[in-house]
Amino acid sequence: MSLSVQNISCHRAGRAIFENLSFDLNKGDCLVLRGPNGSGKTTLLKTLAGILPSATGEIHCDPAQISYAGHLDAIKAQLSVRENLAFWAGVYNARDLDRVMSKFDLATLADRYGQTLSAGQRRRLGLARMILTDCQIWLLDEPTNSLDAEHAAVFAKSITKHCADGGIAVLSSHIDLHIPNTQTLDMADFAPSGTIETDPFLQGSFS
Amino acid sequence: MSLWEYANPVKFMALSGRVLPVLTILSAMLLVSGLIWGFFFTPHDYKQGATVKIIFLHVPAAMMAINAWVMMLVASLIWLIRRHHVSALAAKAAAPIGITMTLIAIATGAIWGKPTWGTYWEWEPRLTAFVILLVFYLGYIALWEAIEDKDTAADLTSILCMVGSVFAVLSRYAVNFWSQGLHQGASLSLDKEQHVDNAFYFPLLVCIGAFVLLFITLVLLRTRTEIRLRRANALANRGRSHG
Amino acid sequence: MKSLFLRDIKLAFRSGGGFGLTLAFFLIVILFVPLGVGADSAILARIAPGILWIGAILSCLLSLDRIFQLDFEDGTLEALATSPLPLESIAASKAAAHWITTGLPLTLIAPLLAYLLQMPSSGYIWLIASLLIGTPALSFIGTFAAAVTVGVKRGGLLLSLLVLPLYIPTLVFGAQTVIRATVSLDPMPALLLTTGISLFSIALMPFACAMALKVNLK
Repeated sequence: MSLSVQNISCHRAGRAIFENLSFDLNKGDCLVLRGPNGSGKTTLLKTLAGILPSATGEIHCDPAQISYAGHLDAIKAQLSVRENLAFWAGVYNARDLDRVMSKFDLATLADRYGQTLSAGQRRRLGLARMILTDCQIWLLDEPTNSLDAEHAAVFAKSITKHCADGGIAVLSSHIDLHIPNTQTLDMADFAPSGTIETDPFLQGSFS
Repeated sequence: MSLWEYANPVKFMALSGRVLPVLTILSAMLLVSGLIWGFFFTPHDYKQGATVKIIFLHVPAAMMAINAWVMMLVASLIWLIRRHHVSALAAKAAAPIGITMTLIAIATGAIWGKPTWGTYWEWEPRLTAFVILLVFYLGYIALWEAIEDKDTAADLTSILCMVGSVFAVLSRYAVNFWSQGLHQGASLSLDKEQHVDNAFYFPLLVCIGAFVLLFITLVLLRTRTEIRLRRANALANRGRSHG
Repeated sequence: MKSLFLRDIKLAFRSGGGFGLTLAFFLIVILFVPLGVGADSAILARIAPGILWIGAILSCLLSLDRIFQLDFEDGTLEALATSPLPLESIAASKAAAHWITTGLPLTLIAPLLAYLLQMPSSGYIWLIASLLIGTPALSFIGTFAAAVTVGVKRGGLLLSLLVLPLYIPTLVFGAQTVIRATVSLDPMPALLLTTGISLFSIALMPFACAMALKVNLK
């Protein structure tokens, strides 16, 4: 199990977001993406997840092992917490629903409907879905947003354990999660040089 | 040099800029001569009188209404497979021309229908099929207008054009099943017994040729406008992100 | 896939799911016909097959925009796209759930409404058969149009404009089945053509739908 990225570049709406980005992650590695807003953290995670195409380069990994959690928590307002998780358990053929629920203190919320959850509770449910999937590669976009310190620590512990068990995690985060042995990738190092015009309608000249 | 090089906006602008004046003059000449021949130098029909001469507008417009959609389908497939931006824009440029041709075909058909069938409008398979074609065009154009990001719009309209083509053909068979028609037989056919008299046949061919050239001219012209628009937008965007 | 299918059905029956809305709309459309064209039972009986098919199509249209829109807005669609489920299966499952919650109930209520419109009794069995066979086409074609317009804000109107032309063959063959049965012609060819359109849509629309979803998730 590994995640290898070679020279990928990403363009959105005719604008280069990042260029020639490469890294290699093996079993147990955790990579934290750093950079200001708009530096391409979300774009990179979406590209790794296979949602966005990369303009150049190659990504080597087993797509079936990728589990992605974006900004939105993918929670249905009209379903209870248990129903929400059970749905994802069904999609991923996962069995240990109760264990994951108790880990994120969701057991007491099991019968609450999605619409009544607070932002932090929603986030916990969203991350519980992630862990439920049993995938080896986790891609997490700002996972600790709206989590309190206590649950951020629980979450950091889950990632530490996931990596210790031979998993891989890539996440973007503004705060330091105190996960041991993380690697850091600064998006600024891959900012586009500005000389290459990606929009085909800007190349050359015509009247 | 490969033909695909002209799919590059700069190459396309250079080439189309050179051929456009020639095409404009040619299509204007053909159109004028074809229509004059057709309107003034053909005999009156023994049954329909001078009315029949509207055929020189009606048939070419109807043919181009369908051919414009076929051209859009081909251009859409080229965009989906080879990602040439000019191709997507050519499909976009052809749609308003196609819808105009459809409207001309329907309007001339109605004008022709009044003296011959005694009514401007009849729910008859071929007429109905053209109204159906009209709503397919409307949907396609509406989708282009509705989507902000132009590459996304090109992708989605291409997929719609592909699926729409299949259902447009199915609809054509459906309306045939639905009702029998009043329409005369095919105006053009390789089987000599079938098609219209030679006196009409040759000027009609000229008019059809003129409409084909006119269509190509208009598509090139509109594609050039679309390319300039895209470039203007791209420049404005760049100005914003740099400034 | 089963999990997604069952969840969609469950959501349709929960509050705000719009299940009852579809049937209520169908009823109102049928109620409008005698009010609009007059209570002459000979006229009503004559136009009943077409009105029932048009009513079913319009009612079906009502719930199309929620097939993907809500899942798109709350991130579920993105999460599903990265799950082991292929987009084609997601589309097929969504279309099937849409049929269970709209096409099937519409089919079941149609004979009652046909009675209100005084449709000749020879048409009933063919009405049920044509709707039962034809409404899956409506759901699968509708799912495609919903996938195309999922990224468009307030795309409901656009969705109608895109999908209604695509419904023409289904409408013609479906309604012809019933009309032919009520005027003692052979309805079988029309029913077979309806079946053809339906099978064709079920087989191919999920692929077109997956293409459109892929573009819209970018």
